[in-house]
Amino acid sequence: MAFFSIQDIAVKGIAAAVPSNMVSNWDYDLLTESEKKLLIKTTGVEQRRMVLPGMTTSDLCFEAAEKLLKELHWKKEEIEILIFVSQSTDFYLPATAIILQDRLGLSKSCMAFDIGLGCSGYVYGLSVISGMMKATGLKKGLLMVGDISTATCSNEDKSTYPLFGDAGTVTALQYEENAKSISFDLNSDGSGKDAIIIPHGGLRNLASPESFVKEEITPGIVRSKMDLALNGLDVFNFSIKEVPNSLKEFLEKIGTTTESYDYFVMHQANKLMNETIRKKMKFAPEKVPYSISKYGNTSSASIPLTIVSELSNDLKNSEKKLLLAGFGVGLSWGSVSLNLKNVVLPEIIEL
Amino acid sequence: MNNIGEFISTLETEFDELAPGTLKPETKFNDLDEWSSMYSLIIIALIDTEYEVTISGEDLMSISKVEELYEMVKLRMKQ
Repeated sequence: MAFFSIQDIAVKGIAAAVPSNMVSNWDYDLLTESEKKLLIKTTGVEQRRMVLPGMTTSDLCFEAAEKLLKELHWKKEEIEILIFVSQSTDFYLPATAIILQDRLGLSKSCMAFDIGLGCSGYVYGLSVISGMMKATGLKKGLLMVGDISTATCSNEDKSTYPLFGDAGTVTALQYEENAKSISFDLNSDGSGKDAIIIPHGGLRNLASPESFVKEEITPGIVRSKMDLALNGLDVFNFSIKEVPNSLKEFLEKIGTTTESYDYFVMHQANKLMNETIRKKMKFAPEKVPYSISKYGNTSSASIPLTIVSELSNDLKNSEKKLLLAGFGVGLSWGSVSLNLKNVVLPEIIEL
Repeated sequence: MNNIGEFISTLETEFDELAPGTLKPETKFNDLDEWSSMYSLIIIALIDTEYEVTISGEDLMSISKVEELYEMVKLRMKQ
């Protein structure tokens, strides 16, 4: 059972960057006015940020890291570990984390590697970097998390295109004796792999001319096999069942209740889905922030982006207890319980 | 949930786009002008939070009328 706690590691800062190019779902001409209204009401996604061709996830993460390091007054040579969590890497190979090590001007003795996860990626990434730092004694680390999902959604697919936005984030962690422990609960169910998938382009189905042919699946859903396919109903059912069940068990194991937390920050998947989880968990609405109306579903970036966008004022110069939950593609899901104390949260960067 | 009338009024409050009285036991979901896949999500969420019953996408495909949904929920509530 992947349930564990890690001592002596503290989150010192979180920064996020988004493309300046804003897209409104009110302008999505594939839908009628009443469909747009229903989509926005149900999913919560009104506006999204979309990169222009050529910009990568690592470009967003890079700018976020430059700004965060400056505000933290951290020296670049002090960073000993860099992990990049994403499903939208610069290249098939090499790993993007290594490119970022060089671009940021970090030491060659900094370890750097990628993790390929989406919606659950922030929670998983936090567990890996904290675990590594605790086990090894590495002092300072950067967790860079984000996705450009809009490049792999067909604009003629109303089941994916209006939902996703792009964002890159960075979280700075430090080895600090007596930092309050961080607890994790991590889960996987690969039997649901087809629920959210880009079917071609990997080794299982090599990209071929056929991969790029657009097909009509149902009216309003036209996509190729290189585009994201999303079975919304399956993901919805998985999320409203597994996530609250796991969370309830997790809270019990670590001896906390919903009352113990100042905030419950969920992956920004879909407003109706998240609200269903919130109600099942009996969290008060004021403890559950949303950034989905402004940024859409930003995949792995959604939790840190929501913290920076919605909680900055409250978290500065204070200590708060947060419960974070990521869930989706894989299927993969996980939760983390942590304290954020005097975290540095620069304003969101627009590129 | 005591009867189908109560079930229908719960459904109708969730669908602000539907005029009250639109839904009847024999109404077919696909015949509603406003019907779209979004409604499937709304129904699944509503039934889960109101009745603690899980309805899958496949379940919704297997039925067409309001009364069939009611029977399905009623049956699962007993289990």
